[in-house]
Amino acid sequence: MKHNNLVLILLTFFSLALYAQSDKKKKVNHDFELELEAEYRYFFNDAQFPGQESHFPALAIKPGYSIDWNKGKEQINFSGFLRLDRDEERTHWDIRELYYQKAKGSWELNVGLKKVYWGVIESNHLVDIINQTDAVETFDGEEKLGQPMVQFNWITNNLGTFDFFYLPYHRKRTFSGVDGRLRFGTVIDKDDLNYESGAEEWRQDFAVRWKHYFGIFDVALSHFYGNGREPLFLFDNQGNINAFYPVINQTGLEIQVTHDAFLWKLESIYRDAKAQHFLALAAGLEYTFSNIDGNGLDIGVLGEYLYDERDELALSGLQNDVFFGSRIAFNDTQDTSILIGGILDLDASSKILSLEASRRIGSSWKAEVEARVFNTIDEEELILSNFKEDSFFRLSISKFF
Amino acid sequence: MKSSIISILVFLVASIALGQSPEERGLQIAKAAEKADLGFKSSIVELKMTLKNKNGQTSERSLSTRTLELTEDGDKSLIVFNSPKDVKGTSTLTFTHKVGSDDQWLYLPSIKRVKRISSNNKSGPFVGSEFAYEDLSSQEVEKYSYKFLEEKGGVLVVEQDPVDPKSGYTRRIVSYNKDKGYRIEKVEFYDRKNALLKTLSYSDYKLYKNKFWRANVFKMVNHQSGKETILNFSDYNFDADLSEDDFSQVALQRAGN
Repeated sequence: MKHNNLVLILLTFFSLALYAQSDKKKKVNHDFELELEAEYRYFFNDAQFPGQESHFPALAIKPGYSIDWNKGKEQINFSGFLRLDRDEERTHWDIRELYYQKAKGSWELNVGLKKVYWGVIESNHLVDIINQTDAVETFDGEEKLGQPMVQFNWITNNLGTFDFFYLPYHRKRTFSGVDGRLRFGTVIDKDDLNYESGAEEWRQDFAVRWKHYFGIFDVALSHFYGNGREPLFLFDNQGNINAFYPVINQTGLEIQVTHDAFLWKLESIYRDAKAQHFLALAAGLEYTFSNIDGNGLDIGVLGEYLYDERDELALSGLQNDVFFGSRIAFNDTQDTSILIGGILDLDASSKILSLEASRRIGSSWKAEVEARVFNTIDEEELILSNFKEDSFFRLSISKFF
Repeated sequence: MKSSIISILVFLVASIALGQSPEERGLQIAKAAEKADLGFKSSIVELKMTLKNKNGQTSERSLSTRTLELTEDGDKSLIVFNSPKDVKGTSTLTFTHKVGSDDQWLYLPSIKRVKRISSNNKSGPFVGSEFAYEDLSSQEVEKYSYKFLEEKGGVLVVEQDPVDPKSGYTRRIVSYNKDKGYRIEKVEFYDRKNALLKTLSYSDYKLYKNKFWRANVFKMVNHQSGKETILNFSDYNFDADLSEDDFSQVALQRAGN
């Protein structure tokens, strides 16, 4: 476990935070919250690899604490995460966030473990690189591990916002264990993956992002230099896998045009490493028919094209694919919403169908349903063929305190 | 030619005799109301929203709103949800424009995502309430055409027709209180079929800084569905001295944490 290093970083930030706290100004606000989640995942096809289970009951505990003072211009935010699952690799804890924040005039400083999201596309997240993906948590890659950082935001009137990141420590991606689904035939132990960089996880990484908007255009340009978040898998002729975290330079572009009920989106990266360099892009649109029944029913339609020059080596398996989806929001008192979608491979027969629905129950409960179906996955698919029997159904219920 | 000159003359004489056309008077009242509220600079307020269905079952939301007054263009506002807890921290940043669509961003705290959203949906309900988005957005004079209807006591009744074809209303009948800084006492909303849809009544008015009237209670009743929504406001803070820096996308994320 590399949690020792994390603890060290945390202690440093804690002492910083305590120092900041002693500098009390005026009113201090505290806020504690807690989410308890019970989850059941059921994989309804027989396992492809030995040892894999089908039923996964699980629990998650998500505490949060925040304190702010100086009229909210200074804050310390904490959010923790603990998952207990039948798959021992999915049983894990993390500090999603624990950072000190200070805002003054046109700048903002953040020091600590934090989550940062980049991107405009719904079906794939290409430019989003600051945080490591907590891959055992969700299939869509939207759950992230807390990233140690110093982040400095500078907001200008006419030139947009500049965001600078110093990232002193790399976190490894989580992978399913022997019991788990959505894994390769060979079980990958996350600690077996090494680094191209001699400094390993302590390589000092940097990133910068510029974001601006002009009328209906929102634009962002970013660059990352450091340990890649995605491991690089190299396969030799004997079928051996050599997997490691390469040092990468990645430039990202995000554009969204918001015109009437249309959102036009483009997201693209160019990644350069010693062993690999490639371009990937995703482009699409979202259109919302709003208040269709005069009662608030919104139906959005989404279409996106996904391209990755790595072809079959793309970890997401989205090398030349099309995504179609629909987002249905009832805008009722219980915030009922449904997202259905399908990803179709244009080169092969593979299809991934998905459904996500959620609804609040009472005032402090929430139920979620998710289904992913891997349909007619092409045997030739290097990555996705491992998941072809891993269609699943997930139900979760959360209580908020 | 001669007849047109005569008709212009007749029109001029009539205009002078009556003072103003109803359209001019309506616009004048709307401008007077805008002027009476000019100079608040910025405000912060907490509010509780109570949704009641026709069987009397209720559900609540709490949110806080920050507003920055701008004169050359529409106001900027930042809304943060504090409850229900599953949506806590969800926030919106809106730059209203006097002419054209507003710019709006949504912050989703669970994945830390800021998303530019379309402000096209004016007639849809705001978080399941009886308030449509357009009922809660900054009320700029340019967004309506006006017609003065009548004066009852100190109350001036003006018909307002939305300029934007995407509005859910054909007209609103607005009652201004002439003696109390042109504060609004009541608004009646007529749907696209010109049937009475909703009535919004303002009550528990409080005068801030000896100039700005703010109602503590907004009650919206939907006559067609029987549902209602009540907004209860805390005291307004006009001394926060907010600036453009408090209405950036960075500030949006900060507010939602």
